[in-house]
Amino acid sequence: MLRNYQSPSPSALQTIQLFTTFFHIGLFTIGGGYAMIPLIEAKVVDEKQWISREELLDLMAVAQSCPGIFAVNIAIFIGYKTRGVWGALLSTLGCILPSFLIILSIALFFRQFQDNPWVARAFRGIRPCVVALIAAPTFKMAKTAKISLYNVWIPALSAFLIWMFGVSPIWIIVAAGLGGYLYGRLMSFTPESSPKGEGSLNSQEPSNDIKPQQ
Amino acid sequence: MLYVQLFYTFFLIGLFGFGGGYAMLSMIQSEVVTNHHWMTMGEFTDIVAVSQMTPGPIGINSATYVGYTAVVNAGLPHWMGILGSATATFAVVLPSFILMLLISKFLMQYKHHPLMEHIFTGLRPAVVGLLAAACLLLMTPDNFSTPTESPWQFCISVAIFILTLIACQTYKMNPIRVLLFCALVGILLF
Repeated sequence: MLRNYQSPSPSALQTIQLFTTFFHIGLFTIGGGYAMIPLIEAKVVDEKQWISREELLDLMAVAQSCPGIFAVNIAIFIGYKTRGVWGALLSTLGCILPSFLIILSIALFFRQFQDNPWVARAFRGIRPCVVALIAAPTFKMAKTAKISLYNVWIPALSAFLIWMFGVSPIWIIVAAGLGGYLYGRLMSFTPESSPKGEGSLNSQEPSNDIKPQQ
Repeated sequence: MLYVQLFYTFFLIGLFGFGGGYAMLSMIQSEVVTNHHWMTMGEFTDIVAVSQMTPGPIGINSATYVGYTAVVNAGLPHWMGILGSATATFAVVLPSFILMLLISKFLMQYKHHPLMEHIFTGLRPAVVGLLAAACLLLMTPDNFSTPTESPWQFCISVAIFILTLIACQTYKMNPIRVLLFCALVGILLF
C-alpha cells in the first residue's frame, strides 16, 4: 500500500529538512526520550508527513527494544525511511547536535548552570508541562492502536506493571509481541476468520450471545 | 590512550544500554566513577543534574559531559576536552546506529508479512501502555511539589498540567510554543 509520498521535493532539500527538523526536535526535547514523542508527532507526522501515526507506534516498540538511546533510535529509522543511509546520518546528527553544543557551552562557560535561580524557576514551570505533553499523545495513540473495550486491558496492565512494579518496558514489549504472534496463529486456525486478529475477535462475540436466545 | 578508553567504554554502554536514559546512567556511573576513576561521585551527580535540565536525550547529554570532564580532569586543555565529548557521543550512538539501520531495512521489507502484522497488532496497545507509564512515572513530588511542602507551587503545577493538556488536545497548539510559555510562567510565578 502506498502511503501519501508527498510533494516531490528535490531529494537534497529533503535530506537537509531531516537535519533541520531533528535539530529543532532535539533542541526542545527536555526530560528524556519520551518527551520527544509529542514533538515528533507535531513535526514529523502532522507537518511533514514522513511517517504515519501508526508507524510511529510500531517504531516506538522497536526503538524501545533496541539498545541505545530511544530518541536517537527513532531519528535513525525516520531518516532511513525517508532518505536512506544519508537521511539516517543527517537526522541522527540533527538530533544530537543541540545536546552536544549546549552541554559543551555549559561545561566551558556556565559551570554554575544548575544553581542559577532563573533556570531553576523556569524548570519548575517546564516540568509539569512536559508531563502533560507526554500525556496528550497517549490518547491520540490509543485511537491509532484501535483500543476498544476488548483490548483496553493490554495498555492498562502494561502501564500498571511498569508503574507499580518497575517491570522493564522491554519485557512488556517481548510479552506483547509474543502474545500478538500467538493470537494471530490461533486465529488463523479457526475457520472463516478474517486475517486481522481484532476483526475475528469481534465476530465471535455475537455468536456466543445468540445461543441463550434459542 | 584516554580517547581509546573513552570510545571503548561508551561503545559498550551504547551496545548494552537497554531501557533508555535512566538505565544508562547507572551503567555510566559504574564505568566512569567506580571502574576508571575519571571523576568523583559529586562531579557525576552534577553531570546528571545538568543532563536532566538541558534539552536533548539524557544519554547523549551525559556522554557529552562525561567525555569532556574525563579529559579535562586528566590535566589536558579544554579543546582536547571537546574532542573527548565528540569521542564519547560518537561511540555511544554508533552501535545503535548500525543496529537500527539493519532493523529499519528488515522492517520496511517485511512490514506486510502476516507474521509481522500479528506481532505489531499485539505491540501497538502495549506501546500505548508504555507511554501512559512514562507519564505516570513523571508525576512525582520532584516535578509537581506537594500540597504540604509548597501549596503555591503544587497548585500552579497542576494548573500548568491541565492547561497544557487542553492546549494540546483541544486547540492543537505547537508543543514547543507551550513549553516556552510554561518556562515563562515558571519564571514569573515561582
